[in-house]
Amino acid sequence: MEFPENTIVRKRRFAPKLYEFWIRNSLVSRKAKPGQFVIVRTSERGERIPLTIVDTRPGEFRLVVKAVGKSTYELCMKNEGDVLADVVGPLGKPSEVRNYGNVLVLGGGVGIAAVLPIARALKEEGNKLTVILGARTIDELILRDEFGFCDELLLTTDDGSLGIKGTVVDAMRELVKEKKFDVAWAVGPAVMMKFASYVAKEHNFPIWVSLNSIMVDGTGMCGGCRVTLKDEKGSKIEYTCVDGPEFDGRFVDWDVFMNRLTQYREQERLALEKFLAEVGDVSWL
Amino acid sequence: MAVKNRVPVLERPVEERIKSFEEVALGYTEELAVEEAKRCLQCKVPTCVEGCPVGIDIPRFIKQIAERNFEGAFKTVKSFNYLPAICGRVCPQETQCEGTCVLNKIGKPVNIGALERFVADWAYKEGLEAQDGADVKIQEARDKKIAVVGSGPAGLTVSSELGRLGFQVEIFETLHELGGVLVYGIPEFRLPKEIVKKEISDLKNLNIVLHKNTPVGYAIDPRELLETYDAVFIGVGAGTPKFMGIEGTDLNGVYSANEFLTRINLMRAYKFPEYDTPVYVGKRVAVIGGGNTAMDVARSALRLGAEVYLVYRRTEAEMPARRAEIEHAKEEGIKFMLLTNPVRYIGDSNGRVVAVECIKMTLGEPDESGRRKPVPMPGSNFILEVDTVVEAIGTEANRFLLSQFPGLETSKYGYVVVNEWGQTSIPKVFAGGDIVTGSATVISAMGAGKRAAQGITRYLLESV
Ligand SMILES: Cc1cc2nc3c(=O)[nH]c(=O)nc-3n(C[C@H](O)[C@H](O)[C@H](O)COP(=O)(O)OP(=O)(O)OC[C@H]3O[C@@H](n4cnc5c(N)ncnc54)[C@H](O)[C@@H]3O)c2cc1C
Ligand SMILES: Cc1cc2nc3c(=O)[nH]c(=O)nc-3n(C[C@H](O)[C@H](O)[C@H](O)COP(=O)(O)OP(=O)(O)OC[C@H]3O[C@@H](n4cnc5c(N)ncnc54)[C@H](O)[C@@H]3O)c2cc1C
Ligand code: SF4
Ligand code: SF4
Ligand code: FES
Ligand SMILES: [Mg+2]
Repeated sequence: MEFPENTIVRKRRFAPKLYEFWIRNSLVSRKAKPGQFVIVRTSERGERIPLTIVDTRPGEFRLVVKAVGKSTYELCMKNEGDVLADVVGPLGKPSEVRNYGNVLVLGGGVGIAAVLPIARALKEEGNKLTVILGARTIDELILRDEFGFCDELLLTTDDGSLGIKGTVVDAMRELVKEKKFDVAWAVGPAVMMKFASYVAKEHNFPIWVSLNSIMVDGTGMCGGCRVTLKDEKGSKIEYTCVDGPEFDGRFVDWDVFMNRLTQYREQERLALEKFLAEVGDVSWL
Repeated sequence: MAVKNRVPVLERPVEERIKSFEEVALGYTEELAVEEAKRCLQCKVPTCVEGCPVGIDIPRFIKQIAERNFEGAFKTVKSFNYLPAICGRVCPQETQCEGTCVLNKIGKPVNIGALERFVADWAYKEGLEAQDGADVKIQEARDKKIAVVGSGPAGLTVSSELGRLGFQVEIFETLHELGGVLVYGIPEFRLPKEIVKKEISDLKNLNIVLHKNTPVGYAIDPRELLETYDAVFIGVGAGTPKFMGIEGTDLNGVYSANEFLTRINLMRAYKFPEYDTPVYVGKRVAVIGGGNTAMDVARSALRLGAEVYLVYRRTEAEMPARRAEIEHAKEEGIKFMLLTNPVRYIGDSNGRVVAVECIKMTLGEPDESGRRKPVPMPGSNFILEVDTVVEAIGTEANRFLLSQFPGLETSKYGYVVVNEWGQTSIPKVFAGGDIVTGSATVISAMGAGKRAAQGITRYLLESV
């Protein structure tokens, strides 16, 4: 059966509020490269939210979404056969995948999904790959069986329900004591990327982080996604949607970055409250 | 010779409009339009036409209005200008058609913009089809395919011109709505989105294929376009905002005009939470700049309940905004802080802007542009307390597409270099609008679109 563009063709629940989707879209499925994202509008009155392209197969692409607010709740409540209002992409610069030698890849929470295509591409380029995946608890340690291709895989959970008890960054700190890396990738919550970047800086290797700035258009037109990058020479502004989403975390001004993520906290709370009042109990999500 | 006064355009009362995004200028009734049209002297050498970048036969359409032949007037206008309901509303008439009208010598010029708007609105109300399908069909055009990148005024004009000749045109637009700045920049109270939709929907009669959500760059490789199409037009606008780069730009509550307006217009944040996209306004807003964009931001913020300060480093005379917008802004209660410039933004412990430190300016010697250069007055610094700052100080070349376009010659500022026909360094690629000139006007982007359509026609039909 032929589905119209932007139809959800498959949906799977990983853990509470954490879902995988396969979405029909010929352009994205044909063109996406590791590191790129789409911007989605779930419904006609919806906002534009960026989501990482996790994988592609002919005619379809894959997303992994964590419900954190109005728009992602609404998306996670969609079912197979539903059609999204808009999908645009691929956007953003692809990851700079080539043969570096020893590569460390870190994925935290829903960032595990984002880092999967990058890790796979790095392996295909012949890199020696060490991967650390972490989440709060075993259920949220998603997609871990899809990382079989890497040379070394470490798992961490905050509660110790699987693998090392602790965070991805804790595991990284131990690892860099004994091993040298030429480059690293880290995708996950902002705090994780921040502290991983500090470790990389200390040990003097570049670390690509994928910044989840608040976006609108995704084409360099609004400047809302701007980040401040700093080095010895001074600071400059770049736009996450067109100059990123990946930047060398050693140069990101993390305080500014994390503060900008809180810009609409009050409105976001209001929007979610209103939505939940309309849809009723969603504890099953 | 005595000249009658201009017939005033009906406007929504100030008390009403500061609370709503409904259109401010209500336009002429039939009677008022006829009366205003009769003021035109029907000059043998109509200087007004020289002032119009697309050369509308102004005396002709005005005469038709005076004779109550509104349909004829509409056809006249539409044969020169594909978007009359839009241009009638947003052209800077005082520096274009009305600026060169002979009546200026003895009084006020004919209100050409309002008359143009009147005929377009009249025709749409009557249900007249704006475009009766391709009119000039050229046989050889039928099997030529043209890709148009960007759906702002430049891209729309190229498309309609080429569509009318029978070419197969496809438009690629990265946003989820067509119209460029017309939909994301210029607010509802100045240009209702229904009107933009109406003028764009006519493209369907020309069998033009519209691809929304389709960015050219990574999604559609420019090389693919070059292989698949006989010609390509680039009309991607100058959409990347500039920032002053002063201390505090990274505080929360500091916006570019593009972000502030896109949230409000394209995403309808003024209807949050009915629409999902938020915008932060607060009680006091400082808008930096003096162009149309600054006025649009200021008046939008006002409508969202704020007290608004417009901070501009020169005087009112140098403001590049349309006269009508400056007047409307003042009527609505925007506070103009002229000869003033921000030097830094001050934040609180949560990293949110709470004040702007400003400095007073004076006008010094004229600079290269002939305008007197504003210079800061040492020691005149003062603090303006605000919840939000919006910088509306201009834009630069959009690098979103151009960074992916090998071999395309650009100027040192990143704008595309073209010849008189809009042709770029790659022979089958043409360009026009803000991405060539830098930020300009709707009608100049349309003029560029027209020339490029001629250029493309010459290029394609002579090379067969
Ligand atoms: C390049 C990129 C890739 C991303 N990939 C994924 C992914 O693969 N899976 C996933 O679950 N999430 C991803 N995100 C994050 C996702 O976009 C946000 O979780 C989502 O926008 C939140 O919207 P909301 O209305 O549900 O939540 P809200 O309650 O509105 O916001 C929750 C938090 O999300 C952030 N946020 C809000 N609006 C936006 C916006 N328009 N753009 C970006 N961030 C916003 C803010 O920090 C906010 O505090 C990505 C973000 C970026 C920038
Ligand atoms: C707030 C504001 C108010 C203004 N007020 C006035 C006014 O009153 N009167 C007036 O005459 N002028 C005004 N202007 C200026 C006028 O709007 C512009 O000069 C005009 O819109 C330029 O037209 P354009 O076709 O070159 O580009 P734009 O209108 O900028 O359109 C470009 C389009 O291309 C799309 N695009 C960009 N890159 C790609 C890509 N890679 N792939 C696909 N699509 C892409 C963009 O999304 C956009 O839709 C105003 C501008 C602003 C910002
Ligand atoms: S298109 Fe603009 S410049 Fe030309 S006549 Fe109309 S309002 Fe005047
Ligand atoms: S210059 Fe003025 S008076 Fe003369 S034809 Fe044009 S609009 Fe009429
Ligand atoms: S999202 Fe608007 S510039 Fe990046
Ligand atoms: Mg949201």
